[in-house]
Amino acid sequence: MTEPATRALANTKTMYRADITRRLVALLDRDEAVIGGIGNTNFDLWAAGPRRQNFYMLGSMGLACPIALGVAIAQPHRHVVALEGDGSLLMQLGALATIAARAPRNLTIVVMDNRAYQITGAQPTATAFAADLVEAARGLGIARSHWAADEADFERLVRVARSDGGPSLIGVRLDNQPPAGQTERDPAQIRDRFMRGIGTRPPHPA
Amino acid sequence: MEQETPAASPPWHEVVRAALTRNEFRLVTYVPDNVLRPLIDSLAADPFFTVFATTREEEAVGITAGAWMGGLRGVVLMQTSGFATLPNVLASLAVPFQIPIVMFVSERGTLGEFNLGQALVARTMRPVLDALAIEHHTCTRLDELDFIVDRTLRQAVATQASATLILSPLLTGGKVFKP
Repeated sequence: MTEPATRALANTKTMYRADITRRLVALLDRDEAVIGGIGNTNFDLWAAGPRRQNFYMLGSMGLACPIALGVAIAQPHRHVVALEGDGSLLMQLGALATIAARAPRNLTIVVMDNRAYQITGAQPTATAFAADLVEAARGLGIARSHWAADEADFERLVRVARSDGGPSLIGVRLDNQPPAGQTERDPAQIRDRFMRGIGTRPPHPA
Repeated sequence: MEQETPAASPPWHEVVRAALTRNEFRLVTYVPDNVLRPLIDSLAADPFFTVFATTREEEAVGITAGAWMGGLRGVVLMQTSGFATLPNVLASLAVPFQIPIVMFVSERGTLGEFNLGQALVARTMRPVLDALAIEHHTCTRLDELDFIVDRTLRQAVATQASATLILSPLLTGGKVFKP
């Protein structure tokens, strides 16, 4: 009954979110926009170092992918990455169908799957049982959906996604280590810095 | 039952389309509704606009927020029951981040409603908007519509504040029970 999930995960290494996030950020050398979903996914993006092209959600669980789609439509020449946790994505799976329908060439989704609502006490999500989010994404129309086998494979998938001309989803299977930091919660500043970082507004004077 | 259109005046949905064009709101996301159908059809037929459906209203708010931060203005179309799903995203994204989300809500639940579920949902809408200090207007008259829509769009951009325009059955004719 759970064979598809077992098969998809059979060759995937269990990785460390903070390390994967740092590897992702290190690959972003073209001012790519990154939308961090809530919780520990968000915290590790913050901990990976300051980037003016990062947007950090503070609530609105599940909306990293829709926000990223909006940025991708507004700025078709900039690549946009959505970072989302398994619990968050499960809350808003329909967003993947909308992304598949719009088929933006400049959008990559990274799913940080630790199979738990880690920040609220590690209660298991549906991916701890039978759900496979990469298979779900394929079923909803995102054909370029893959599990990262290990860290090197993750980096390869990011490079391919950035140049492949279609929406992509990369699943990363994670261990249960805590986040490496905690995001500063100043929403107006987060939004303003992001808008200046992606050129919607001019850079701040001094 | 749609309001009489004087010979010189376009119908309500064309007034809205003209105001969106004038204020450069190009992105339109929606969860459909029968009353909104002529507006959706009119916008979808105009290449100035990018128009598409989302699976939930909060998804549309997220897309519109991202687009606005990226430099593209947008509006979200929904019916009353769709608005009832939005308090969390408005309170945690639109309002604290000062991202202007302009919502057009076709009003069900009043002036001839036949579905009690819609009638009760409708009563939660204005209290939620008031609690979040989101400006809202109820559009009932065709002769006021351009002024209300145009000024609301301008104010949303200038003040980075969300707003809701409630399209009353008095304006649109609403949805009536057909036995």
